[in-house]
Amino acid sequence: MKRVAAYRAPYPGTQPNHLHPPYASSIKRAPTKPQVRIPYTLSEVTGPSFAPGIVAPKASDLTRQHSGEPLGERIIVSGRVLDENSRPLANTLVEIWQANAAGRYLHEVDQHKAPLDPNFTGCGQAVTDSEGRYRFVTIRPGEYPWRNHHNAWRPAHIHFSLFGPAFATRLVTQMYFPGDPLIPFDPIFNCTADEKARNRLISVFDWETTMPEHALGYRFDLILRGREATPMEE
Amino acid sequence: MSLQATTSQTVGPYFKIGLQWLNRDNLVGEGVSGERFTIQGRVLDGDGVPVPDAILEIWQANAHGKYDHPEDTQDKPLEPGFKGYGRVPVTAEGLFRLATIKPGPVPGPDGKEQAPHLVVSVFLRGVLRRLVTRMYFPDDARNASDPILSLVEPARRSTLIATKAAGSPGALQWNVVLQGPGETVFFDLGL
Repeated sequence: MKRVAAYRAPYPGTQPNHLHPPYASSIKRAPTKPQVRIPYTLSEVTGPSFAPGIVAPKASDLTRQHSGEPLGERIIVSGRVLDENSRPLANTLVEIWQANAAGRYLHEVDQHKAPLDPNFTGCGQAVTDSEGRYRFVTIRPGEYPWRNHHNAWRPAHIHFSLFGPAFATRLVTQMYFPGDPLIPFDPIFNCTADEKARNRLISVFDWETTMPEHALGYRFDLILRGREATPMEE
Repeated sequence: MSLQATTSQTVGPYFKIGLQWLNRDNLVGEGVSGERFTIQGRVLDGDGVPVPDAILEIWQANAHGKYDHPEDTQDKPLEPGFKGYGRVPVTAEGLFRLATIKPGPVPGPDGKEQAPHLVVSVFLRGVLRRLVTRMYFPDDARNASDPILSLVEPARRSTLIATKAAGSPGALQWNVVLQGPGETVFFDLGL
């Protein structure tokens, strides 16, 4: 039996602490006791996998899930999923969800007084290709107010959820848009201490994927954790 | 120069839109072997109040102690009706409920066997990166020698072991306590 190879620890400051007081919801929810360091076992280096057929091809086009087209600016969001060792992660599930162009989520808890769009649900899925690429067509989400502090507004963002090859590689994050004036004031964006790591959450405007007469392209690459060196045979 | 893993962000309050299509609250398909259990519980905040906007993900081996994953090279059978993946949100009242089987033991560090357990990710609004924990089964003598439980101070080990609930024989109760007395043990996997 091979000894399992660990996944790398993150570089200091590149992942958020659990408690980030400017984000008010973390105060009563962040664990207070130190986490217990454990070795990697078969339980953490394995993880769920999904047949590519679980995702319908149209699931990656959020503008074609209803009889009409959603309101707002059509965009293309694409990128690659790699691990920290620069290896593309093929056949990995990418899930996204977002507000509509008016900044309203199709969710009963969202009471923001902005209209719902009957032609927009705001959820999509894709499976990466052999080079780790994914591509979504959607509309640019609107900014919206929240109650974290006085006059608090979330910058426009799209939620991303990825599995990768193991329980250890699971990632949930958010993608932002370049030039959004709300970003420097957002306590959620700012929860990561390392400025470069934070800024990698901002997508890049991309001529290459921009389609003439159709939609602007934004590129957003996602990096999942990579393995330490290959394990020795026992 | 290696790349750095993308920073985590909270799942937020509206994850249902994006995640519910893959909810799985019953892991047990047709013809699956193993002892059946239902696991019920709450996710409690620092005031002891059940949170209405959390989602748990489960990963476990089958009754033979085999993970449905290429890295599990053990000579043990897979079962077509059992994938080992669960995803359960809590209800508006703060309750989650999961039907599964007790997994068989899987190898741990240095070839030492681990007691049957589920690995669990917890995501919720207010939590900036996922919480990782485990659930073990009550009245299992193997818990006493489990190599991971042994790393936890004895007074806190009970937070990782479900208790028997009233009702049917396979009913288990297991809460996730985010803060304060009885705070659940969360593990550091680097993320």
